[in-house]
Order: sequence, then structure tokens, then C-alpha cells
Amino acid sequence: MSGKVMEPDEAIGGLRSGMTVGIGGWGARRKPMALVRALLRSEVTDLTVISYGGPDIGLLAAAGRIRKLVTAFVTLDSVPLEPHYRAARERGAFALTEIDEAMFLWGLTAAANRLPFLPVRAGLGSDVMRVDPELRTVRSPYGDGEEFVAMPALRMDAALVHLNRADRRGNACYLGPDPYFDDLFCEAADTAYVSCESLVDGFGDVPPQRLLVSRHAVTGVVEAPNGAHFTSCAPDYGRDEAFLRMYATTPWEEFAGRFLDGDEKTYQSAVEAWREEAR
Amino acid sequence: MSRTGDAAGVTRAEYCVIACAEAWRGDGEVLASPMGLIPSLGARLARRTFAPDLLLTDGEALLVGPDGAAEGWLPYRRHLTMVTGGRRHVMMGASQLDRYGNQNISCIGDWERPDRQLLGVRGAPVNTLNNPVSYWVPRHTRRVFVERVDMVCGVGYDRAAAAGPSATRYHRIPRVVSDLGVFDFETPDRSMRLVSVHPGVTVERVREATGFPPAVPAGGVPETREPTAGELRLIREELDPAGRREREVPGV
Repeated sequence: MSGKVMEPDEAIGGLRSGMTVGIGGWGARRKPMALVRALLRSEVTDLTVISYGGPDIGLLAAAGRIRKLVTAFVTLDSVPLEPHYRAARERGAFALTEIDEAMFLWGLTAAANRLPFLPVRAGLGSDVMRVDPELRTVRSPYGDGEEFVAMPALRMDAALVHLNRADRRGNACYLGPDPYFDDLFCEAADTAYVSCESLVDGFGDVPPQRLLVSRHAVTGVVEAPNGAHFTSCAPDYGRDEAFLRMYATTPWEEFAGRFLDGDEKTYQSAVEAWREEAR
Repeated sequence: MSRTGDAAGVTRAEYCVIACAEAWRGDGEVLASPMGLIPSLGARLARRTFAPDLLLTDGEALLVGPDGAAEGWLPYRRHLTMVTGGRRHVMMGASQLDRYGNQNISCIGDWERPDRQLLGVRGAPVNTLNNPVSYWVPRHTRRVFVERVDMVCGVGYDRAAAAGPSATRYHRIPRVVSDLGVFDFETPDRSMRLVSVHPGVTVERVREATGFPPAVPAGGVPETREPTAGELRLIREELDPAGRREREVPGV
């Protein structure tokens, strides 16, 4: 049971081209960026990516790794529109399944519960039904006879999430105010890789309600300090606004050349050097 | 010349705050979810004055009182339950809005390969089917108020009706507030109607800036109500002392 601790590249070594990969966090919040950077270093491509999207999607889209994206939005929060995602969409770079935030939640929940779908009162009347002709509705078998969207399960081959603390067996806790949907991502996936700010031997005084992810749903644990950078990882650190704005305004090749060529340590050093320069 | 310090010179931004605040009048103990600065000021003004039971968030995962102290936990997953449970009234933005209240924030142009990719549908489909949804448009133009939106994210009255009883059961769009005036859908065919113009705005100007003919009451269109002295003081001294509202809606 102690074989779960991995380096970022080792975790990504469990992925193959063509897989369906879920990415936790929300927008520019607690994204498993160290794992995304490791994914960018790998040869893995042709992915179906499922994400409440932030810069994870901008990076993977710019690098041409996405075949299909399942999302309700892609945003950098303080910069509302993700420039690399926008550019990729406007050149028709990949297929999109655009669903509502709640449809997304029930798709995850269905997958985690091994159900083919769950009914949701969302999507009816909107164009999410038009742009995904495979979406079906289902009628309540009870007296009300109501009709709902049958949101298909968002089952995935692998999930990538980032939490504040984890133990070597794959239990992990969040210390910020919002768990997002990271536990559901792990439970909806055949394999799940959890990166964390720091590995711990025990959770000490952490209230049990904060132990979000349980080891039975985790394949690998990666210690990645500052591993959500440049997204937020409250309370360990906030969003790196200056870096985020630079990312949003720098041509992709230039950004990738400076920050994404080496391993995670090289990335963190490059960020430090950039910060010194910008001072 | 800045007129924000002059009680006699109410600015356009301040009328907009008042008009947004009025959206939550009479709502009771529900979550006010404002998107954007002026709706946020409106929600907080309502909470501090005529709608004391409203719930507000800190913009993250907490429910907070007027002093900012936490009174509840509302991470995204619970927020989505609040949406479908109906104890919420959101004021969303709109990149495009049509006469029946269909709203678009996803993309401009053909969805398959858009001219301009925007945010995505976000929670607009679930919001509009489950709890009251109002809209705020800081710059009222024909590019926003269009004959037909490119992608229906928020569901309007005609589309909800066509989708059937499950779509209409909790569907309601109480009002649309723009920098020019206030609109509702209280017409026989549930199309947009001009309810009031902000002082200094003519009905003709609203017509020119709208890509479809909004219904206009035969008896004339009143002006958006004046803020009380107490409301003005709250806006200027407590809710937005830095005057950020004047940058979202400039002019008087």
C-alpha cells in the first residue's frame, strides 16, 4: 500500500493517448497544474478532457493535446476569458461538449455511482440540447410525469486533482473554503492521481469533514509544493495575479519556451527568476 | 465635474444600483446572487434597507452578514442545490439578450466555430429553469439587445414554453436592468416591456439602442425611482466609497 507516492512524470506515465481525463478544481482555483505541466512534457495526446475549465484547458488546448473538451466554461477568473482556449475554439481546434454547471455535477455523480445517467432540471429549452444532439430526456415514472434531461455519466479513465495535504496512502484533505468536486472526480475515474502541497504522516487536528478524498479512490500521490501555481490554493497561497496576466498576454510559444521546457523544479525556478525580473 | 458627493445630483450609476436593488424587493429569505459590481451594490443595498432577510455570499464559499461575518457555508456544490431548490434570485450578465429573455454568454457567431468564444453556458441553463433570473446590462446597445441570440444559454419565455411544463414550472425572469432603463416581461406574449427609463434617458433613445421593438406602455413610461437620502448615503459612504460604480456606468 505504500507504493502510491510518485513523481509527477511517473503519475502521468499512467496515462495513454486517447484517454478521457478529468481535471479537478474550478476555473483558476486549485488546479492540479504540476500534473498538467507533466502531461505537457509527455507524449500523451488526443485526449477527451472533462473540466470546470481554467488555465489547465488553455495550456492543453494551446499544446494541441485535446481532441474533445467537456465543460461548462473556461475562465481565468480575474481575466474572464482564457485567451489560449479562445484562440483554439476560434480556429476549430477540437470538439466541444458544452454542458451546464449542474449537468456537469450530475454527470460526475452518476459516474461515481455507476449509473448511466441522472435526471436534471437543466438544459431543457437551452441550446445545450441543440449542440449535443445525443442528449436525451427522461420522463418521471411517478404521478407528476415530469420530463428531465438525462445527463449521461461522465466516466473517465483518469482524474487529476490537487489538494492541500495528503498521506502516502492517498487520503487527502482540503484546507480552503471550497472542496470543489475533487472527490467526485476521483470516484468517477478508473484511476486518480492526487497532487498535494505537502505529504503528511497523519492529519493531526484537521477536522474529519476536511478529509475529502479517500485512498480507495486514489492510484497515485504526488508531493508538489506550489503545485497549483498560478491558480489559487487557499489557504496556502492565492492566485498569482501578476503571473496570470503575463500568461494571458504572452504568445504561447514564448511562454512554453520559457516555462514548460524542463521538469517541475525547473518550472518553479523559472517562475522565481521571472518574479525577480519583474520586481 | 464629479457629482457623486452631491445629494442633488444622482448619477446614472446610482439609478442603476437602485434599479438592481429593486429586483430583490419582496423576495424574502433567499440568496441574492449578483454578477458584476452594480448588481452587487444593489443586492447589498437591498439587504441593508428594504430586504433584510436576503442572504449574501462573500463571492467565495461563505454566506455573510452585512458586517462580513460568516453565517453559513456555501461551496459550489451546495450553491447548485440552492439553485435547484429555488431559494435564490440571481442577476446575471448577458452578452446577447432577445425580446423573450433568451440570454447568451457562450459565443458570438456559429457555435461550431465561433467568431468570438466567450465564457460558456456556465450555470445559465440550470439557473433559468429553477430560480428567478434577472439580467444586468451595463451598456445597452443593439449588439446586446438582439433579434435572436447566437446560443441560448439562459432560457427565455418562448423557449421555456416550447420545452414544456418541466421547463416552465419554476421559470421566471423578473426584470432586466440596463444603463438606460428597466424592463419586464409582463405582456400577453411574454416579450420585453420597458418599465422605466433612468432620468435623462428618453424612450426614443431606448428604441434606437434596442435591436427589436420593446413593448412600451400606452400611458407613457415613468422614470426609475429616486434614491432616498439614506440610500444615497449608504451607496456613497459605505457600499462604494471609492466610486467604482461610476466607472461601470459613466455619466449622469
